[in-house]
Amino acid sequence: MTDNKLINLVNISKSFGDTLVLDNLNLYIRENEFVTLLGPSGCGKTTTLRIIGGFESPNQGQVIFKGTDITKLPPNERQLNTVFQKYALFTHMTIAENIAFGLKIKKKSKAYILDKISYALKLVNLDGFEDRMPDSLSGGQQQRIAIARAIVNEPKVLLLDEPLGALDLKLRQDMQYELIRLKNELGITFVYVTHDQEEALTMSDTIVVMNQGYIQQIGTPEHIYNEPENAFVADFIGDSNIIASTFVEDKRVNILGADFSCVDIGFGRNQPVDVVIRPEDIDLVKPEEGTITGRVTSLLFKGVHYEMEVMANGREWLIHSTDLCPVGSEVGIHVDPYDIQIMKKPESEDEQATIISE
Amino acid sequence: MKRKINFVNIKWLSFPYLLWMAGFIIIPLIMIFFYGLSSEKGNLTIENIKLILDPVNRKALVLSLLLSVISTIICLILAYPLALILNRTKLKSNSFILLIIILPMWMNFLLRTIAWQNILERTGVLNGMLKLLHLPTLNIINTPGAIILGMVYNFLPFMILPIYNVLIKIDQDVVNAARDLGANSLQTFGKIILPLSMPGVLSGITMVFVPSLTTFVISTILGGSKIVLIGNVIEQQFLKLGNWHTGSGLSLVLMIFILFSMAVLSKYDKGSEGDNLW
Repeated sequence: MTDNKLINLVNISKSFGDTLVLDNLNLYIRENEFVTLLGPSGCGKTTTLRIIGGFESPNQGQVIFKGTDITKLPPNERQLNTVFQKYALFTHMTIAENIAFGLKIKKKSKAYILDKISYALKLVNLDGFEDRMPDSLSGGQQQRIAIARAIVNEPKVLLLDEPLGALDLKLRQDMQYELIRLKNELGITFVYVTHDQEEALTMSDTIVVMNQGYIQQIGTPEHIYNEPENAFVADFIGDSNIIASTFVEDKRVNILGADFSCVDIGFGRNQPVDVVIRPEDIDLVKPEEGTITGRVTSLLFKGVHYEMEVMANGREWLIHSTDLCPVGSEVGIHVDPYDIQIMKKPESEDEQATIISE
Repeated sequence: MKRKINFVNIKWLSFPYLLWMAGFIIIPLIMIFFYGLSSEKGNLTIENIKLILDPVNRKALVLSLLLSVISTIICLILAYPLALILNRTKLKSNSFILLIIILPMWMNFLLRTIAWQNILERTGVLNGMLKLLHLPTLNIINTPGAIILGMVYNFLPFMILPIYNVLIKIDQDVVNAARDLGANSLQTFGKIILPLSMPGVLSGITMVFVPSLTTFVISTILGGSKIVLIGNVIEQQFLKLGNWHTGSGLSLVLMIFILFSMAVLSKYDKGSEGDNLW
């Protein structure tokens, strides 16, 4: 099992003063994986990254890198490089000197360094920027230099701390593609921290959803989106209807008084559960065809689809549909069995952290 | 429309200062140039400037330069590590420590220097204490050492504050980035922290070196009559001998030295962090 575990975080706890930021966190990262730590601010994702990078030391637990304990190793002796949120370029050096920094420390030959600089600048599409100063570059360009500065050192792992956070939407989307391309070209492991769920879904192989110092769910983007394990994950990733319901028996769940077919089994009989239904998974049908019926209370045009709120069985349902149903019209609600996601109600203290805090 | 009128009016608010500047900076400067470049008969001459080559004056200038350089270096050696530690520790008591550093500046400059005179005098506080402890007494007053002590004591805060102000503005992640790229703490200091703090260092050097070079109060009080700095020479020309021409001529020479040193410094000062201090 340990064969392709590049980084292994074992029982990591960290607190700042009285605030517990990470509580007994366990996580491993495989070689060549694009792992995203996703969560709201204050969930401990950046702290986790900084512990891997060596900028914070955990109060408890170990950081294992390729089977060796590196918990006490200073950042300069770790085989990883970091791209910081606010670029952290050396403003007193030219772009070339910035990129050469790590290589000069390692006493590489001049020819090798020059070669690497032009290779890295080409890789981030900034040829000819060698002699510019960081301050003369735009935010997106600075961020790409920060990435170039990190990757010339050929790290085993690249740690990225919300690298696109300061960029505008269009640029952010362009950079997402660029990062995926870089990852594929370089074949190194990326550990990426973000609070942007769309970014996480777009780029990652694996998403680690975190909240209040706990890992909520680990999985592929599809898995996380389609089968959220708890209400927090469901709410944080995309829009969703989270409804307290009763699991009647295998493949049958009672939602707001109406029985729906589902595909889940093994939650017992007449057990309280949370049900997640994505707004785009709800089909609006004629009133007589629906499992339940309701009345449209609001309608917004969102471009790709309409966003509607339907009052049905005492609850507002959020629905995305390309069909237009005017406000006040009577509609039936139908959900396919495989679009209903059942989640256990939180029980232990661990799971309490899943309570949504906006 | 109304806004524009306000904007025009606001310019007039600078009028009092312009008046002040004309009366107390521009006109005196013109007078110094006038006196410095003219003889008593009113002829244009550079004789007053050439007086700096007079052995007494030249010796005073050299000594002034030497003592200012030494006290600037001592200030730098004392201030930089302190500023570094203050910045590193990020204690809540930092502002209190800074207050203690600034505190002496709230007392009158002359009083502080006279206090040092009392401490260092042959029968002063320091020697009194040494005598009580049956230790040999020290002969510090009226030596160049006493003047350097006075300069360092009086001008040290002007070295600490600009350096500290620059250090606290360095993003911790920039330091982390250097570590991340393989630099150990010493390399990080030499390649990142020190160069990034240079604007503060240069500003501090200027703020210690210039007043040290021109002082005549410290040398008068702590140096006695034996040690003559260029400031004392100029003071004597103006106040004791009433020779405004020579005094102005020597002032011009001193001004050239200051402008030259500032030009040299500003060449290294790319960030111009210290500009706002002047």
